[in-house]
Amino acid sequence: MENALSSPLQMSAAPVRHARRSKRNRSVIPGFGLTMGLTLAWLSLIVLIPLSTVFIRSAGMGWADFLAAGFSPRAVAAYTVSFGTAFAAALVNAVFGLLTAWVIVRYDFPGKRVVNALIDLPFALPTAVAGIALTAIYAGNGWVGQFFEPLGIQLAYTPVGITLALIFIGLPFIVRSVEPVLEDMSAEVEEAALSLGANPWQIFSRVILPAILPSLLTGFALAFARGVGEYGSVIFIAGNMPFKSEIAPLLIITQLEQYDYAGATAIATVMLVASFAVLLLINLIQAWSRRRMNG
Amino acid sequence: MNTLSFIRARHLLIAAALAFIALFLVLPLVSVFVAALQKGLAAYGAALIDPDALSAIRLTLLVAAIAVPLNIVFGVLAAWSIAKFDFPGKSLLVTFIDLPFSVSPVVAGLIYVLMFGAQGWFGPWLQEHDVQIIFAVPGIVLATIFVTFPFVARELIPLMSEQGRDDEEAALSLGASGFQTFLRVTLPNIRWGLLYGVLLCNARAMGEFGAVSVVSGHLRGITNTMPLHVEILYNEYNFVAAFAVASLLALLALVTLVLKSIVEWRFGYHHGSAKH
Amino acid sequence: MITLQGITKRYGHYAALDNVSLEVRDGEFLALLGPSGSGKTTLLRIIAGLAFPDEGSVQFNGEDVTHLKVADRKVGFVFQHYALFKHMTVADNVGFGLSVRKRGQRPAKAQIKARADELLDLVQLGGLGERYPAQLSGGQRQRVALARALAVEPQLLLLDEPFGALDAKVRKTLRRWLRDLHKRMGLTSIFVTHDQEEALELADRVVVMDHGVIEQIGTPEQVYMEPATPFVSDFVGETNRLPGGVHVRPHDLEIIGGTCEPDGHELIVDNIFRKGGVWRVEGIFSDNSVVELDVDASLKPPSPGDSIRVRPRRSKTFTSTGAKSHEQA
Repeated sequence: MENALSSPLQMSAAPVRHARRSKRNRSVIPGFGLTMGLTLAWLSLIVLIPLSTVFIRSAGMGWADFLAAGFSPRAVAAYTVSFGTAFAAALVNAVFGLLTAWVIVRYDFPGKRVVNALIDLPFALPTAVAGIALTAIYAGNGWVGQFFEPLGIQLAYTPVGITLALIFIGLPFIVRSVEPVLEDMSAEVEEAALSLGANPWQIFSRVILPAILPSLLTGFALAFARGVGEYGSVIFIAGNMPFKSEIAPLLIITQLEQYDYAGATAIATVMLVASFAVLLLINLIQAWSRRRMNG
Repeated sequence: MNTLSFIRARHLLIAAALAFIALFLVLPLVSVFVAALQKGLAAYGAALIDPDALSAIRLTLLVAAIAVPLNIVFGVLAAWSIAKFDFPGKSLLVTFIDLPFSVSPVVAGLIYVLMFGAQGWFGPWLQEHDVQIIFAVPGIVLATIFVTFPFVARELIPLMSEQGRDDEEAALSLGASGFQTFLRVTLPNIRWGLLYGVLLCNARAMGEFGAVSVVSGHLRGITNTMPLHVEILYNEYNFVAAFAVASLLALLALVTLVLKSIVEWRFGYHHGSAKH
Repeated sequence: MITLQGITKRYGHYAALDNVSLEVRDGEFLALLGPSGSGKTTLLRIIAGLAFPDEGSVQFNGEDVTHLKVADRKVGFVFQHYALFKHMTVADNVGFGLSVRKRGQRPAKAQIKARADELLDLVQLGGLGERYPAQLSGGQRQRVALARALAVEPQLLLLDEPFGALDAKVRKTLRRWLRDLHKRMGLTSIFVTHDQEEALELADRVVVMDHGVIEQIGTPEQVYMEPATPFVSDFVGETNRLPGGVHVRPHDLEIIGGTCEPDGHELIVDNIFRKGGVWRVEGIFSDNSVVELDVDASLKPPSPGDSIRVRPRRSKTFTSTGAKSHEQA
């Protein structure tokens, strides 16, 4: 056997070497070098290099200055407002977004298509428009605010108002994350649980919720991340009182207007690190869910 | 499943979801138009034909006309290289492309100030050569490109990955060139996904506020886009005019949603990503 | 003639193909048969120029084409899921290969149309040219894919699981039809399949593959009757494994009366059912394994619980030193 094969192998030695030198996963589909090169160049120019300015500037400040600017009492208060309201809004959306997704996927009712289209309104409506509209509604003389004013409850110009705006902004993240998973989950699974004697609450908590939990968490994280960075829809309704209702993005703008670039950069760094942490968290959730689903 | 309690629960759930949507989505939308028309059609029209409003509209259209096509080209290139080839670090690259979605719009504006502003990296050089980027139209365009960067790519990458390489390989096996394959096979396959991405990209490009606000300088009639113009009018307590201009943007949002729904219903397009 | 020498293809540490050599004769209908993961599709794609080997060479008529891309090899490739262009009519699909030719070599529109119609007639889809792929049945789409591949006048036709996505009935009709078409056209053709019945029925020669290596190359007759390895014996046709490396087909086992034959085996009958023209008897062997045998349907079958003795009429013994056939006189 070996003898019989040795001569043709020797003859083809040259092409064999050539094949080794050529790219490992050579593809017949053309354009990899060109498209990848342009993608990386454009990505670097528009996103990576500009983003790096924040970190490079921060690194140049030195620890003491960075901490003083990035964690001044006013900045910490702004983070508290931004993160706290974003968390509260994401929590509200987790409940009502899940409810909305459930109703859209599982039930038929008149106007369902319109409702489904409307879910994406916060993606399509410019944030400034949302901001002034929400302010008008929740102000003391607004459509909704007038009912709370007599009770001594002020919605607009408080953290409650910020939370209301972030609920508006965050809703589609939850609905659109959970929706496809609910769609994939056949009604048969619920019927199987029902046939095994589970009551509706058991079906929800032990069959449905575990299945959609990764997507719900992903949606929550996306809504939270968006809420933390949100500016346009919030500033009109926020009141913008330092230490009370001032959000971190506004503080960046305030410091820029005072030509305090270092302060603005330090706060931006803290926010970027926070968003990268959320991004990492989302990737971990998705890796965990993939591992769980694929056994 | 058709027991009375289930039917009752169903109606309750539907009612709760609809009430939530009415309160949080429909009410703000309606309020824009009501506030805009508060003082009648004449006041509404006057606010729209105001020279500053018109110049804001022109600038918004110009910015979108530059940012959207650039993002289409980039999105298609990125999706082609990511979906049709295997290479190490692919998911990292996708994460980088997604990055602008997780950056606060204000930070998106700030980074260009740090690059091109008076105190920025290129600030002195730009001043020397009398080129203005920050507080001028180029800065607005750059910030808009940044915040709309992932829309088209994000839509196309999962779509093209899912479609696989069979169609392209079939075309190539029949003798088509790479460009012919893209134009005659790939592009028709992705047209609805592309349109979907472009719609969302355009809505965001025209409506972006935070990032543009940082780099614009708010020069009336020169560097004001429509959303910035809304802010100025609102802060001047000129509510009718603010809501009138806002109503145009709300109309844009409605048109976007209608077109998007048409793409979904009429052409059965299902988009694959929840990230926007 | 197509010559493959020492083809090796690795994905990481996993060898999809390990030093595969093969010759394909002109005009022959060759089957690449194997389970999923055997490397058969990878081999087909390497022949097509859709994938490239890490080592080894591909020659078409003595010319080295190892590094030529698919477009330069003049092959027709029929994809497993057809890869029809959804947005084009059937006729445009078939004419695609001609319409993308360079300006000088490209036929006029009317000529392309005429050629497409001609090919659609050939695959018995005349008159359906204006339809879209979505409006066709699975079997019709398969034939469109074939017509499209033939339109560029390939010197070699490659088919990846050509009947894989079709239901049993259509599959059978189409199989017969494809065999006739091959006879008429005489085009060298290679197809990949995991279905041994398909390979045995259609192919002039069958290449049985497993784990990236060729287990046996031979005519359907040879592969079935003289399997070279235990894998081939198992994978092609039904096989009982008896002690001592003895492989025997259900139809090669016979029930014997006496207990004196030395090569007889005792079975307890577990289940009997009609399988086409024979009784299929499932018996439990002494080591609790199931042995299947066929009994002539005109005879009275044994009953469950019966103890019977069986003897191979014809068997194959595989030992570490090689394979040996036995036949009863």
